[in-house]
Amino acid sequence: MTRVQTRRITDIVMTVIALAVTSLVLLILGAILWTLLSNGLSALRPSLFTESTPPPGSQGGLLNAIFGSAVMTGLAILAATPIGVMAGTYISEYGRNSRLAHIVRFVNDVLLSAPSIIIGLFVYGIVVVQMGHFSALAGVVALAIIAIPIIVRTTEDMLGLVPDALREAAAALGSPRWKIIAKVSYRAAFQGILTGVLLAVARISGETAPLLFTALNNQFWSSNLNAPMANLPVVIFQFAMSPYEDWRQLAWGGALIITATVLALNIFARLLTRKRTGRS
Amino acid sequence: MALIDDADLNRIRRIRNGRLADIFFRWLTWSFMALVLLMLGGVIVVLVQGAAPALKLFGFDFLITAKWNPVTDEYGALVPLVGTLATSAVAMLVGVPASFAVAFFLTELCPYKLRTSLSTAVELLAAVPSIIYGIWGLFVAAPFFQATVEPALAAWLGPIPLIGQLFSGVPIGIGILLAGLILGLMILPFMTAVMRDVFETVPAVLRESAYGLGATRWEVVWKVVLPYCRTGVVGAVMLGLGRALGETMAVTFVIGNAHRLPKSLFDPATTISAALANEFTEAVSDTYTSALIALGLVLFLLTFIVLAAGRRLLLRAEVAKTGGGK
Repeated sequence: MTRVQTRRITDIVMTVIALAVTSLVLLILGAILWTLLSNGLSALRPSLFTESTPPPGSQGGLLNAIFGSAVMTGLAILAATPIGVMAGTYISEYGRNSRLAHIVRFVNDVLLSAPSIIIGLFVYGIVVVQMGHFSALAGVVALAIIAIPIIVRTTEDMLGLVPDALREAAAALGSPRWKIIAKVSYRAAFQGILTGVLLAVARISGETAPLLFTALNNQFWSSNLNAPMANLPVVIFQFAMSPYEDWRQLAWGGALIITATVLALNIFARLLTRKRTGRS
Repeated sequence: MALIDDADLNRIRRIRNGRLADIFFRWLTWSFMALVLLMLGGVIVVLVQGAAPALKLFGFDFLITAKWNPVTDEYGALVPLVGTLATSAVAMLVGVPASFAVAFFLTELCPYKLRTSLSTAVELLAAVPSIIYGIWGLFVAAPFFQATVEPALAAWLGPIPLIGQLFSGVPIGIGILLAGLILGLMILPFMTAVMRDVFETVPAVLRESAYGLGATRWEVVWKVVLPYCRTGVVGAVMLGLGRALGETMAVTFVIGNAHRLPKSLFDPATTISAALANEFTEAVSDTYTSALIALGLVLFLLTFIVLAAGRRLLLRAEVAKTGGGK
């Protein structure tokens, strides 16, 4: 065999392998979505949205869990957005290339990809132990801590994309720094920051591990932030691990709701950024 | 006529107010930035504090003891630690070559029209919550592994000395092999997305000149693209590894939660994250809780090192790109 032939054969073999692996991977990932869809759709009854989680062996829905997830995710984002945006602002507008900004960026990256169950442990230590019991509030804190680094990161990135000429023009007109940031930088980066917030919502609405020992779970309807609250991910976890067919059905239904929400948020966020880059 | 009239005074007042607001705003953003620093510090302090009683009691032996006995209140981290490392190793062995293959396909082989939609699909899959991978593993993959894959593997690879040991034992589906594969599948879209981004930083000129010299597609990727973005690819792999080590939900469903040292890949075991997820709320004694927090501390240090190294490398790749490109 000549050298050219060996090279060509290697190329063909590698191409075939890459094709095979890619199709296998897409097949498996497709199978996951397919199972989710077929099992989830059959569980999708109106009662899913009108009744609370049942005791084993009887019919019911996921209303309390959906409500709990929505409340906790919403409150966590409400808390995390100002904190994340402000911290990102400092790094991008004031810190820029200072040493402090580099350190914060690094710390933020570590928090961004730290195992979420560790965040759960942390919140257990600072909230649950201090209060003496599990509570929805602890769940909110845990979710907020997971959301903050995401928002910091995107805020910083998006403010970095705002051209300095805009800031300089505003400064030349005599506006103080805070006004430049609030009325020029934020406006220019608004869609980008919103994307970051949406991605953070998507991320925390599927998080299970940090809620396991903070918000715990609650079989009944509860809107008390000071008590354990039902939430979709933990309900899915418990119901899927259970031996009861009814519960497993509900778990699939919940899984479908979560995945659909997360994917919809991601697609929406993507459309937002596409519009932005398309215009500039 | 006064030297300074009312309009001047107003202007001065406005400037002074602006300065005050400036100081206030800067202080505000600074304090939130400090909060981010405090959060990481807080995580470390809380973990160390919580782990201290167990670590004091068991000392360094905690890391190398295989005992995990809530009845006699004796704990060691060896089994979950081995489980975490073994599942992550399986995940990386499968996930890294596979994500490289998919990234290769997406950047070099895929028809241009399909490229954007497929890349978007991969990125969206990276956002699917890990619990979904977990329940799919439990309900679909586990029975399939029990009935088909594991007996076949045992038949093919079992007789081979040394590695045959890894594929022996009772095929029950749930265990290290399945948990590792599910993990690999879960981190695959993520690693592929990062790798593809890194591949795209290669200047077109480099690629084109390689093709111009008669290189095949594989040679372009293997000998030009990969060496050019070596640091970036290693960074992507490290980030994937960081995820695999700390992942909870995808593993907890399919690991079997058995506190026994696994002898083969078919054996059920436990990982640090799965032990935490399953046992933390049920831990009755203080030592039990403390031992679990100590496990968390070990996991945190492990992922911290891996992630810090990964971010470092990716950052360096970025600097090299912007510094060398212009």
